[in-house]
Amino acid sequence: MPRRPPRGAPLPTGGGPGKTLPMPAAGAPPIPDRTIDTSGTLCPFPIVETAKAIRMLGPGGVLCVIATDPGIAQDMPMWCRATRNEHLGTFREGRTWKSYVRRRRD
Amino acid sequence: MAMRRAKAIGMLSGGLDSTLALALVKRQGIEVKAVNFYTGLCITETQRRKGGRPDGTVPRNEALRAAADLEVDIEYVDLSESGYLDLIVAPRYGYGANANPCVDCRIFMMQRAREIMQRDGADFVFTGEVLGQRPKSQRRDTLRTVERESGLEGRLLRPLSAKLLEPTIPEQEGLVDRERLEAVSARSRHRQMELARELGITDWPQPAGGCCYLTDESFARKFFDVLDAREAAGEPRRIAREDIVLLSTGRHFRLSPRAKLVVGRSEVENALLEGYAEGRSRLEARGVNGPVALVEGEPTWEERVLASRIVARYGQGKDAPRVAVAWREEGAEEVHEVEPLRDEARLEALRI
Repeated sequence: MPRRPPRGAPLPTGGGPGKTLPMPAAGAPPIPDRTIDTSGTLCPFPIVETAKAIRMLGPGGVLCVIATDPGIAQDMPMWCRATRNEHLGTFREGRTWKSYVRRRRD
Repeated sequence: MAMRRAKAIGMLSGGLDSTLALALVKRQGIEVKAVNFYTGLCITETQRRKGGRPDGTVPRNEALRAAADLEVDIEYVDLSESGYLDLIVAPRYGYGANANPCVDCRIFMMQRAREIMQRDGADFVFTGEVLGQRPKSQRRDTLRTVERESGLEGRLLRPLSAKLLEPTIPEQEGLVDRERLEAVSARSRHRQMELARELGITDWPQPAGGCCYLTDESFARKFFDVLDAREAAGEPRRIAREDIVLLSTGRHFRLSPRAKLVVGRSEVENALLEGYAEGRSRLEARGVNGPVALVEGEPTWEERVLASRIVARYGQGKDAPRVAVAWREEGAEEVHEVEPLRDEARLEALRI
């Protein structure tokens, strides 16, 4: 019997948009000042939560965003470009993505 | 004394017109923030959530892409849980050709944009609207209505058609140079294409046009069917966020005023329907591959058999003499052995 996902759970997708980097060697990802988990939400909500969380960091602070929406691999670099924050990388770990963002300094 | 730098809030869908409006305002040295409203009714967004289009391509988030291209900060505003759903059920200014209450929708969004303008200390709001481009929501009188009803009188700029409209307060105050705005009207896209070249905009979604489920004829039929069925059952005419998800998923069949069947069309839709099985009956063929389906309401015995026959029809057992279809509801399960419904005319008559 198929397991019933919780209401509003993320949908399986056809491979996911955007390019995702494989997880780098141990120690390579930056150490975040703050981590938020957006698992289970879909676009645009991982970005909405990112925008809220980055405001809580000081200039130069690093945010790690955990997401299950594959769209984050496409969206996070674009959002960083629009908002002049620095996209440090988005890495896939199984069904989860981790995106690292450094808050702009001005 | 140097003129202070103006600040503006731009409504951005990511289509060509709103992108051009953003570029026109930004090139005047005005500080711009883009706002994108999430309603849960965007066709492209829903396709993206379901893993992409039927041809395998995955749509981009165009508003985000446009903001990135123009290096403009963007804020997403979630309307899907606010009074927006009440508005689309009872629009003061009525519907367009389908279930699209464009005038009320614009007023609602502009009201939110006004709140953001006030919160951020901005001088005005602007949009990519073009005079005469849409039969109802972009007529001269409707543009005025939207401006008045949203509380943005004199502070709502339409840069693409500005020279054809009354000067706004930021134009009168010299914060915006009216001469560097446009006089575009009607449906021709000629001037927009020219402007895109002038402003260095090379990337916009194709084909252009609406992306809202409410303008879709098939969606509108299902939307009004839900409202009518609720009213007939003595319930209020209302729509919930959950309804919107289900209305954009699967094949819908009206079994009776009291019961409706939704049949998944793909693995993604089956998985989605699984997530909404609580409070509904869940159907699936036994022993053969087939769709997941949900029944809402209170079907009679005959309607249960009919629903089972339809579910059997869309599975791999469609040519078999009998198919077992399992019904699960409130923890209990029963199985109907039925002949798949192969009468296409009857099937079409039941389809919403």
